[in-house]
Amino acid sequence: MNKGNTRYWKSIGDLAETRELSISEDAGGEEQRSMMEILADEKNETASSRRDFLKWCGISFFSATVISACENPVKKAIPYLTQPEELTPGMATWYASTYQHGNEYCPVLIKTRDGRPIKIEGNPSSALTGGGSSARVQASVLSLYDDGARYHGPLKHAEAASWETIDREIIGQLRNAAARGEKMALVCPSLLSPSTMALIKAFREAFAGLEVITWDAVSYEAIRQAHKESFGLDLVPCYQFDQAELIVSFSADFLGTWVSPVSHAKQYASTRRISEDKPHMSRHIQFEGTLTLTGANADERVPVKPTQEIRILMALYDAMAEATGNIGLGAGAVDYDVQALAGEILDRKGKSIIVCGHNSKECQMLVNGINAMAGNYGRTLDNSAPLHIGRGDQKSFERFAGKLQRGEYSAVLFYNTNPVYHYHQPEMIREGLEKTALSVSFASTRDETASHCTYIVPDNHYLESWNDALFREGHYSLAQPAIHPLFKTRQFQDSLLRWMDREQDFHHFMKQYWQEQLFPKQDAYPDPASFWTHSLQAGVLDTGLATQAMPAYRSGSVREVAMALQQMLQGEAEMEFSAHPHLAMGDGTHANNPWLQEMPDPISSVTWDNYAALSPASARSLNLREGDIIRINGQGEWPVLVQPGQADGCLSLALGYGRTQAGKAGDGVGSNAFPLSRRMAGQRLLFGPVDSWEKVGDGHRFARTQTHFSMEGRAIVRESTLDKYRMDPSAGNELHAYHEKHALTLYPEDHFDGHHWALMIDLNACTGCSTCVIACQSENNVPVVGKDEVRRRRIMHWMRIDRYYNGEADKPGIVFQPVMCMHCDHAPCENVCPVAATMHSKEGLNQMAYNRCVGTKFCINNCPYKVRRFNWFEYARNEAFDYHMNSDLGRMVLNPDVTVRERGVVEKCSFCVQRIQAAKVTAKNERRRLKDGEVLPACVQSCPAEALVFGDLNDKSSRVAQLIKDPRNYHLLEELHTLPSVGYLTKIRNPE
Amino acid sequence: MISTNIDQTLVTGHKSYGQITGELLANTQGRPPLWWLVGVGLGGILLAIGGWSFYQTLSKGLGTWGLTNSVAWGWDIINFVWWIGIGHAGTAFTIFFLVFRQHWAGSINRSAEAMTVFAVMCAGLFPLIHMGRPWLAFFILPYPNTRLLWVNYNSPLFWDVLAISTYLIMSVTLWYLGMVPDLATIRDRTKNKIQRTIYGMFSLGWDGSLYTYNRYETLLKLLGGLAAPLVISVHTIVSLNLAVSVIPGWHATILPPYFFVGAIFSGFAMVLTLMILMTKAFSIKDYITEKHFDNIAHVLKYSSLLIGLAYATELFIAWYSGVEYEIYTFFRARASGSFSTAFWIMVIFNAIVPQVFWFKRARKSILSLFLVSIIINVGMWFERYVILVSSLAEDFLPSSWTGYQPTMVDIGIFVGTFGIFTLGMLFFVRFIPVIAINEVKPISRIGKEKTVKDSQDE
Repeated sequence: MNKGNTRYWKSIGDLAETRELSISEDAGGEEQRSMMEILADEKNETASSRRDFLKWCGISFFSATVISACENPVKKAIPYLTQPEELTPGMATWYASTYQHGNEYCPVLIKTRDGRPIKIEGNPSSALTGGGSSARVQASVLSLYDDGARYHGPLKHAEAASWETIDREIIGQLRNAAARGEKMALVCPSLLSPSTMALIKAFREAFAGLEVITWDAVSYEAIRQAHKESFGLDLVPCYQFDQAELIVSFSADFLGTWVSPVSHAKQYASTRRISEDKPHMSRHIQFEGTLTLTGANADERVPVKPTQEIRILMALYDAMAEATGNIGLGAGAVDYDVQALAGEILDRKGKSIIVCGHNSKECQMLVNGINAMAGNYGRTLDNSAPLHIGRGDQKSFERFAGKLQRGEYSAVLFYNTNPVYHYHQPEMIREGLEKTALSVSFASTRDETASHCTYIVPDNHYLESWNDALFREGHYSLAQPAIHPLFKTRQFQDSLLRWMDREQDFHHFMKQYWQEQLFPKQDAYPDPASFWTHSLQAGVLDTGLATQAMPAYRSGSVREVAMALQQMLQGEAEMEFSAHPHLAMGDGTHANNPWLQEMPDPISSVTWDNYAALSPASARSLNLREGDIIRINGQGEWPVLVQPGQADGCLSLALGYGRTQAGKAGDGVGSNAFPLSRRMAGQRLLFGPVDSWEKVGDGHRFARTQTHFSMEGRAIVRESTLDKYRMDPSAGNELHAYHEKHALTLYPEDHFDGHHWALMIDLNACTGCSTCVIACQSENNVPVVGKDEVRRRRIMHWMRIDRYYNGEADKPGIVFQPVMCMHCDHAPCENVCPVAATMHSKEGLNQMAYNRCVGTKFCINNCPYKVRRFNWFEYARNEAFDYHMNSDLGRMVLNPDVTVRERGVVEKCSFCVQRIQAAKVTAKNERRRLKDGEVLPACVQSCPAEALVFGDLNDKSSRVAQLIKDPRNYHLLEELHTLPSVGYLTKIRNPE
Repeated sequence: MISTNIDQTLVTGHKSYGQITGELLANTQGRPPLWWLVGVGLGGILLAIGGWSFYQTLSKGLGTWGLTNSVAWGWDIINFVWWIGIGHAGTAFTIFFLVFRQHWAGSINRSAEAMTVFAVMCAGLFPLIHMGRPWLAFFILPYPNTRLLWVNYNSPLFWDVLAISTYLIMSVTLWYLGMVPDLATIRDRTKNKIQRTIYGMFSLGWDGSLYTYNRYETLLKLLGGLAAPLVISVHTIVSLNLAVSVIPGWHATILPPYFFVGAIFSGFAMVLTLMILMTKAFSIKDYITEKHFDNIAHVLKYSSLLIGLAYATELFIAWYSGVEYEIYTFFRARASGSFSTAFWIMVIFNAIVPQVFWFKRARKSILSLFLVSIIINVGMWFERYVILVSSLAEDFLPSSWTGYQPTMVDIGIFVGTFGIFTLGMLFFVRFIPVIAINEVKPISRIGKEKTVKDSQDE
């Protein structure tokens, strides 16, 4: 009240009077006077007089005038006129759906906020994937909002057209062609959806002369063909790694991309997880030329180039045949003790699994033979409930391509396939399309094939579509739209129905299909309506497996196989290439997804690039250095990356790069390796000889997130072997006891009264697949920074997968270590922040108050784990970072529960504090305690291997509280006594 | 160490008081010389480069610098520590030589203090702009607010804010008060009315009476006493920014004394550089004599030994501690690894080259003095580079090891601080007597020589 004015008093009485007055006012005895009365009182001696009031009014009016004259941003917030029934603002709604693309399959739950999907999670109800997912599944939500690459509506000759025109013209042309008996083709990849396949069948019947060509860019056809030879069954068996004690893989990257990595990771981890109650684990031997994610996890890894690998496979077959009294191939000797391996396989009859990643019928037949001789069929391999993948037919596609080039088709329709990019002779398709009267692409985003088609009839994104899937026999799942189509697109199936003149839409078609075909197969629901509703809600449906006797293995003509393989081995060369689907990019369909582009390859830590990986010895012998750019077989240019662990003489290339029509993020990143693929015996092989190479440049700088790969002898990843573990469960972790004993501190121990959150990471279960990295990015609005910024080592990921080598340089052991904020109880970052922007919560979380952060970066420097990230630029709404956060639509993917960080503040893993809070609120509303496992940070939720366990240390029965007592537990840099809340369980290998 | 005869000749040339006043005010009068104008132009260009870099930083973000998510302090803090080190000498000159009765320093005080003020200004810029959100820099001050937010007293950065701001206020006060009598002299001698008014204002009504002098001397002594601990505190607190951390190579108790010695060392070297330039620019050779240079060279020689001792101690303790991270940082990263070039530049320039001052010829040669003073400052810059960057770039987890490359903006800002410093010093030499007349007069031998002569006569 007395601001600025010194109050003068004449006498003690004067002073005392005011005091009394104020006392009586405080007591509330006197009537409160209104502001105007006080102002009207000229004599009042308090600070604000009427004159002051007028002054303040003047200032307020003036500033109101000035400020309102400034431009105010228009915010578009439109309230609901009618509140949708199932929507509560601020509350997430979940829908069960299914992600499918080629062989990739994952039942998912879609988290929507205010009607927009913001996060994908694995559906825990699925018996196959059990809540796990992959990086591509996690990132798929971002593709929905890709307004740069998605088609906004149907196009004719690259110009917008109305659906009516398009439909009228296409129907007319299709009918004419059918009436004239001209050839037409629908090209699609292997489809998992039974109702779509039924629809396509009906479509084919409706238009006589329409061929359906099924073709996969990365094919599993050989497995099918081999099983037809070996068993008379055209199928891909279900691989059950969880039943195996011995896993032998020939180039099959089954944890990364091969067949069904999500379920394999889950199965594999279950055989690798080890405890004092279960002191045994599987043994994994990997023969491969490329250092793959799977190879990195192997107990014994044999780096050999592809032809050598086939020789070993043949020799192993011979050794097995000899031991079991079968006819061998008569293959030559190899530089590997196959007898011992055969003995090992036969010792574990029915408990081993042999897989091969090459798409060669003969190789797969040998694998079938070995598996059969080892008694694995019916145990680790299941023919009775096979996988419905790999239906592609290379031969018929090649015939199609030839006929297309000759202009024999009058109409071609492309669904979900991009042969101009994927086929090794794209000119055949391009030329053919020019000669074809009607060419239609159903592509939902830009692609190379669509750009050559007359009509583009864009399909919906899968989050806008109805669909179903049958990945494994007896295991169905449904996909439902979680959002109304964002653009004027129409689901592929609806287009077919429309062109067939059916009134029905695909939703009803599928519903009918399910109620007619699948309802009888189950007995959980009595009537079709509730069956449909409940299946849709659950997302998955297990109809149970029909038990039937499977035909026995027949070896077929071993001679023919041997001859075919010898022919293949004639391609043996000093230097061979091997191409593989990239862990993040897959076959390149999602190349325009910046999250996937910026996902560091867990092996090489490279982002935004593909490269020719060479072993150090090969690079030396070719006189190449890292960053040199080479042209291979005249097909493309790749920078050289020297990768320890590569087989000598094997040059590895990742597929999925080098898109030219993908969109802003994907265009021109790397080079396309598909044209290198070669045809042999009706199959498309992704390896072969390097016939020619030349150096065309040098000095390429990779955008890597890790550049130092030695642990420098530090106990960062602690490792031991199974034998030692059996003798002493704390083997390899002796330092932990030492540090626990010698840790001295002047400070009292911390106590947490309520929860004390902690995370345990089982290094034995973690495969390094990086799903958690993308899940975290999706959950926490982690910005994409682009290639240049990654080069400057400014990637924003809150968690990273560290990778170290051990052992010799040519045959290194590889270990992965997920690292996120350790939430140290004695956090070095906290005490150095001058403004206390980072501090400890009562629940043991190390928190960031972004609003308070001034960005001194002292915390980043003082973090021994270097998990803190600085917003070097404004990453949202910045033209320089034109990824998803620069467009209105792209920002739709942002999680409203997590702040988008401003330029100049530090950020880091929060243990998904928003999820912790949400779970606490739910528990509180339900008047109960939090259950263990109820809080799942994004990384923990997404992990297909369940390698991460999160929980409350104060809940003594929780899994983390149990695991932290495990003798394998240690903390990263525990000698610093930072008391991290993240614990690691030592890695145990089984080298036997 | 240095035995100084208080009766020795500190001002040569047998000058009268009037002569002293005239010569020492020469630079403030008349038309500015050509070299001064050129210098101002050059300083302006440097400042413009700095301004551009500053604009880039502010408008785009700290991403325009070369920092990474592992090396989050680079040229910004290196330059900060470097300037702060240079900013040491001024106050040190005044205070310690006052305390130790090193009267020879009287003729250097003024320039040394000016240098301090401008260097601390340059230094102070960095903590401000190294922030991600400098517009919220006030968060770092403990001001009362309704949000109940308070600063973190545990953070050495907060101590730093207090130490630097206190030091800046104190050195500005000392410098300004030290020149009040001289400002009054200019006021009295100038004929220009505007100048007289301005100098009159800043001379605070100085009347030169004994009474005034008495109070003035008391005030200076009091302030000097207050400032003395600040000289020590400011750089030790800067070093605590590193020493309080857990990072190998930073987490060391030796850092405070080591940084203090380093600061004195670099500050004296900079004083030497500037003095040599000034004696070349002005005819003040009689006031800043060979003796002064010789003394500074001695100080540099001994502090170089201390620096060398600190380097050796760090290496020894790293080995003796047995901590693998420390051993790696000192013996691998610094002495033989990615940062070995910088490390050996630091050792040779700081601990070895200044040892030439054991030779009288090196102390007498202006060229060698000048070169060594420059070499020391380069070496001291590299010392900060080695300490800051090598520890961050290769710390605990090899997975996050990065390199560090400055960008044009980093360099531009450093260049800009030279602009500030150059312009500051040029305006200083133009408008204020570079040598404190009121401090030179008492140490000149006027009257004393006569007295001695008289007594001999008797």
